[in-house]
Amino acid sequence: MGAQLRIYRQKIKSAQTTKKITRAMELISASRIQKAQARLSSAAPYTQALTRAVSAVATGSNVDHPLTTEAANIRRAAVVVFTSDRGLAGAFSSQVMRETGELTERLTREGKEIVYYLVGRKAVQYFAFRQRHSEKQWMGSSDRPEVETAQEIAAALIEHFMKEHDEGGVDEIHLVHNRFVNLVSQVPTVLRLLPLEVVEAEEAPASADVLPLYEFEPHGFEVLDALLPVFVENRVFAAMLSSAAAEHAARQKAMKSATDNADKLIQQYTRLANNARQAEITQQISEIVGGADALVSAK
Amino acid sequence: MAVLTVRVVASDREVWAGEASMVVARTVEGQLGVMPGHEPFLGLLANEGEVRIHTVENGIVTANAERGFLSVEHDTVMVVASQAALAE
Repeated sequence: MGAQLRIYRQKIKSAQTTKKITRAMELISASRIQKAQARLSSAAPYTQALTRAVSAVATGSNVDHPLTTEAANIRRAAVVVFTSDRGLAGAFSSQVMRETGELTERLTREGKEIVYYLVGRKAVQYFAFRQRHSEKQWMGSSDRPEVETAQEIAAALIEHFMKEHDEGGVDEIHLVHNRFVNLVSQVPTVLRLLPLEVVEAEEAPASADVLPLYEFEPHGFEVLDALLPVFVENRVFAAMLSSAAAEHAARQKAMKSATDNADKLIQQYTRLANNARQAEITQQISEIVGGADALVSAK
Repeated sequence: MAVLTVRVVASDREVWAGEASMVVARTVEGQLGVMPGHEPFLGLLANEGEVRIHTVENGIVTANAERGFLSVEHDTVMVVASQAALAE
């Protein structure tokens, strides 16, 4: 077998192996995405109930809470970045990092100092490589977020938010995450988490659906005080769930195109290998014919 | 007869939904019974957070809603908690 032919065969083999792996990953993501989507939609009733309750207290009782009050002078902001733990998901993590970069630029222009919180191994690696400082990191559950992690993150954020500026506290908190739109589209989104802007869920309430005058127990402020941390936690968890679903969708898409590319490579190399094989045969024939001719003329 | 529409919701799923004739819960201020026609109400549940739902079929469903709250409006009762489960 000719050297050229052997090289082509090696390349075909390696492309085939890669294809097997990417195909498997594609299938795994395709099945996990269903689960992630189901979790996303089953968390919706809670979010709705909570949003409604919080806006009921906020509008119905006219109380101010530290978590909803805007600082007069915002000098330091926290940015929470949600990426994946693993790569091989196309531009999933890098588009979030790019969005973070833009946000950073905007906030710096406004004269704010920035503190980072990182969720997902990719973000941590990104920061470590550039030797940038981050306040706190969470890793290991980006594709299957747990409520406990969300609680932990929310608690850390609220604690940092409630601190005075001189003690290193932040005046506002932003979340940057991939929002799951549908299977082909994941959009990096920036959301201001704190101070809270309490609005009814995205869909506009029907005109007849005015919030009634509630009676609060114990009091408006206490209810709000108990609900807001839960609300923050819910926002964080929702971001994580959406990011997880988006991650699987992005990975499935990336792996599908990798499999398609492997197919294309295999086809190209097979053609080249066929060519090389045919060239070898042609050469051998012409050598034999040439040899035979030489024998005949030598007689 | 009017009935209450009751939903018990946890952070990651809806635990129970159905119709009931009465809901009994313990808020931080004390025991509370909700029947159809109750005024709009929003209260924090006590630590135990046990909620008893008397269903229209005369059964009783008990739910645990830790750190939760209860809201009532237009004969709809929502029991909401980050961790909620039905008790045996």
